Amino acid sequence: MGNTQKKLGIAMYVAFPAMTYVIVGSCIKDDSCIEVCPVDCIHPKPGAPDFETVEQLYIDPAVCIDCDACVEACPVDAIYAQPEIPEKYDYALDLNSRFFGELSTAEHTSG
Amino acid sequence: MTAASRTRPRVAIVGAGPAGAFAAASLLRACGDVEIDLLERLPTPWGLLRGGVAPDHQEIKRLEDTFDRQTLKRGCRFLGNVEVGADISHAELMSHYGAVIYATGAQTDKSLGIPGEDLPGSWAATEFVAWYNGHPDFRDLEFDLSARRAVVIGNGNVAADVTRMLTLSAAELARTDVADHALQALRESSIEEVVVLGRRGPAQAAFTSAELRELGHLDGVDLRVDAADVELDGVSQQWLAQEGTFTARTNVELLREFGARPRRADAERRIVLRFLRSPRLIGGDGRVESIDVRRNEIVRADDGMLRARPVDDEDRETIDCGLVLRSVGYRAVPLPDVPFDERSFVLPNARGRVLGSDREPLPGVYAVGWIKRGPTGILGTNKRDAEETVTCFAEDLAAGKLAQPANADREQIDALLAERKPDIVTVAGWRAIARHELEAGRRERRPRVKLTSRAELLDVARRAAPVPAAAHS
Ligand SMILES: Cc1cc2nc3c(=O)[nH]c(=O)nc-3n(C[C@H](O)[C@H](O)[C@H](O)COP(=O)(O)OP(=O)(O)OC[C@H]3O[C@@H](n4cnc5c(N)ncnc54)[C@H](O)[C@@H]3O)c2cc1C
Ligand SMILES: NC(=O)c1ccc[n+]([C@@H]2O[C@H](COP(=O)([O-])OP(=O)(O)OC[C@H]3O[C@@H](n4cnc5c(N)ncnc54)[C@H](OP(=O)(O)O)[C@@H]3O)[C@@H](O)[C@H]2O)c1
Ligand code: SF4
Ligand code: SF4
Repeated sequence: MGNTQKKLGIAMYVAFPAMTYVIVGSCIKDDSCIEVCPVDCIHPKPGAPDFETVEQLYIDPAVCIDCDACVEACPVDAIYAQPEIPEKYDYALDLNSRFFGELSTAEHTSG
Repeated sequence: MTAASRTRPRVAIVGAGPAGAFAAASLLRACGDVEIDLLERLPTPWGLLRGGVAPDHQEIKRLEDTFDRQTLKRGCRFLGNVEVGADISHAELMSHYGAVIYATGAQTDKSLGIPGEDLPGSWAATEFVAWYNGHPDFRDLEFDLSARRAVVIGNGNVAADVTRMLTLSAAELARTDVADHALQALRESSIEEVVVLGRRGPAQAAFTSAELRELGHLDGVDLRVDAADVELDGVSQQWLAQEGTFTARTNVELLREFGARPRRADAERRIVLRFLRSPRLIGGDGRVESIDVRRNEIVRADDGMLRARPVDDEDRETIDCGLVLRSVGYRAVPLPDVPFDERSFVLPNARGRVLGSDREPLPGVYAVGWIKRGPTGILGTNKRDAEETVTCFAEDLAAGKLAQPANADREQIDALLAERKPDIVTVAGWRAIARHELEAGRRERRPRVKLTSRAELLDVARRAAPVPAAAHS
C-alpha cells in the first residue's frame, strides 16, 4: 500500500503541489513527531527562539516527504495527511502556510 | 563506588500527573535500571489529564495510553490513594528511597481579593473544572445554574474551557466523559449567556488561537465581540507589530473576524467577550446577583511589560449575573516539611533540584511540572521539564551524591504502606477502575463513564486486586 500511496502522492504532487501533512490545534507540543521525522521538517525545534511561544508545531510542506512516521508517533492524533483533515480543522492548512509565510523559518524555528 | 550506585536506585515520584508520568518515562529512558513508585493521593493516575483537560477534548485524553505504555507497562508501580504529607511524611519517604521527585502540581486557585468573592455563586474555575471532570473531592459541590447569565473572569485557556462547558449543547455533552452529576446539572442549566472578562486587550489574551477559534464555532452558540473592543490602542498595535507572537496576531485576526459577524438570531446560547475590564466587586444579597467592572487601558510599565491601568477610578458598570467563575490561574500548596517559596508558589529549585533554606540543593529531593515552574504550560512542556529534572538526578547519581536510604528494601515501604493504607490502589486496581469505566461508557456510547466517589473507586479497585497481597507482589 505504501508504494501505491507514494506513486499516487507523486502524481498528486504535480497536480496539487501543496499535498502534505498538517498538524492541528490539539497538538500538545511533546515533540514526539520531531524525534521521528526523517527530513527534520517540523518546526520550531526545541531550543529555537520561537519554540516556547508557539502553541503548536507546524510541518514545512516544502520539505515533508509524506512518510507518515509522525502520524504514528503522535500520542494525541493531531497530525493528518492533507486529504484526511477533518472538517473542524479546515483552518489548519491556511494557518500552517501563514506560519511559514510570516516567519523567517531558519532564524526563528531552528534550534 | 558509592552506596547508592551499588544497588538499583529506588525513586519515589509524588503525584501521578503528566509531570510525574513524563518524569518516570524519562527516568526509565535515561537510567533504565531504576525502580520507580508513583505515589498519588487519588485512586486514579494522570492528574489534570483526567481531572483538568476538558471532557470534549477526548483526543488529548489519549495521551494516557502513551503514559501507560511508557510507565506502568514498564514496571513502574502505581501506589494510589496515598497522600504524601498526610499518610506518609517527607522524612519517611527519604528513609525509604534514594530520591524523591515532587510532581504535585498546583492544587488550588489564585484569588482576586475583591469584595463579594466568597458569596455563594462565586466559584474558582478550578472547582468547576474538578467538578465536571468527576474529581472525588469536588463531586458534591452544587453549582446553581438557574440564572440566565454567567460571568467568567480571565482570558486563559481554562476560561475558554469553562465557557465552552457552560455553552455546549446537551447532545454534545452526552458524547463526552463529563461526570454524570455534571451532565445532569448542565442539561438542566438555564444559562443563556456567558460574559468573559479580560483585564487587558485582545492582543494580550492568553487563549491559544485554537481554543479561541473553537469558542467561535460552537453549534448553536453565537460569539459576540464588539468591533470597537477589537480596535487596538497605540501601545498594543506597536507591541503586536514588533514583539507580538504568532498566536497573538492570530487571536487578533480571529477576534476581528468575530467582531464583523452578523448577530445570529437563531442561536440558543451566547458568549460575549469583553476586553479591558477588571472586576471591582461581586454584589448580591446572600448570593451572587451582579458584578461591577471598571475600564482599563494598556500602558507599558517600567519593566517593559504591557499592563492594565484603570482609566478612571470612579468608572463602574454593573453586569447582572447569577454565577461567577474566576479563572485567573491555579496555585500550588506547600507540602509539610518540604521547602516552599511563598512568593512564587513553587518548590524553590535549580533546574529541578529542590533547594534548602541556604539555597543549596537538598540531596535526593527534586521537583517537576507545575510545582517546579508554576501553573503554566501545556502537556508537552512537562516532558522537557521532566528531562531537565531527570538529567539533574542522573548527574547526582553518577557523582555519588545520593545517600543510601536506611530502609532500602521495597518490602519495607510496602509493609509501612500496608499498615497505614490498607486500601492502597495498585496498578491492578487502577486497571479494574479503567475497565469498569470503559465498559460503562460502551453501554452508553460515551468514551467512559467515570466513577467519581472515593468509596466506589476503592471498591472496584479492591474487588479486582485484593490488598495488601497485590501491594507486595
Ligand atoms: C483545566 C485545564 C485544562 C487543560 N487542558 C490542557 C490541554 O487541553 N492541552 C494541554 O496540552 N494542556 C492542558 N492543560 C495543562 C496541563 O494539564 C498541565 O500542564 C499538566 O497537567 C501539569 O502537570 P503536573 O503533573 O505538574 O500537575 P497535575 O496534573 O496537577 O498533577 C499533579 C498530581 O499530583 C497529585 N498530588 C498532589 N498532591 C499530592 C500529595 N500530597 N501526595 C500525592 N499526590 C499528590 C494530584 O492528585 C495530581 O494527580 C490544562 C490544564 C488545566 C488546569
Ligand atoms: N487547550 C489547552 O491547550 C489548554 C487548556 C487549558 C489550560 N491550558 C494551559 O494551562 C495553563 C493554565 O491556564 P490558565 O487559564 O489557568 O492560566 P493563564 O493562561 O495564565 O491565564 C490566566 C488569565 O487570568 C488573567 N488574570 C490573572 N490575574 C487576574 C486578575 N487579578 N484579574 C483579572 N484577570 C486576571 C490573566 O490575565 P493577564 O494576562 O492580564 O495576567 C489571564 O488572562 C496555561 O498554560 C494554559 O495554556 C491549556
Ligand atoms: S510525514 Fe514524514 S516527512 Fe512529513 S512531517 Fe511527518 S515524519 Fe516528517
Ligand atoms: S507528536 Fe503530535 S502532539 Fe506531539 S508535538 Fe508532534 S503534533 Fe504535537
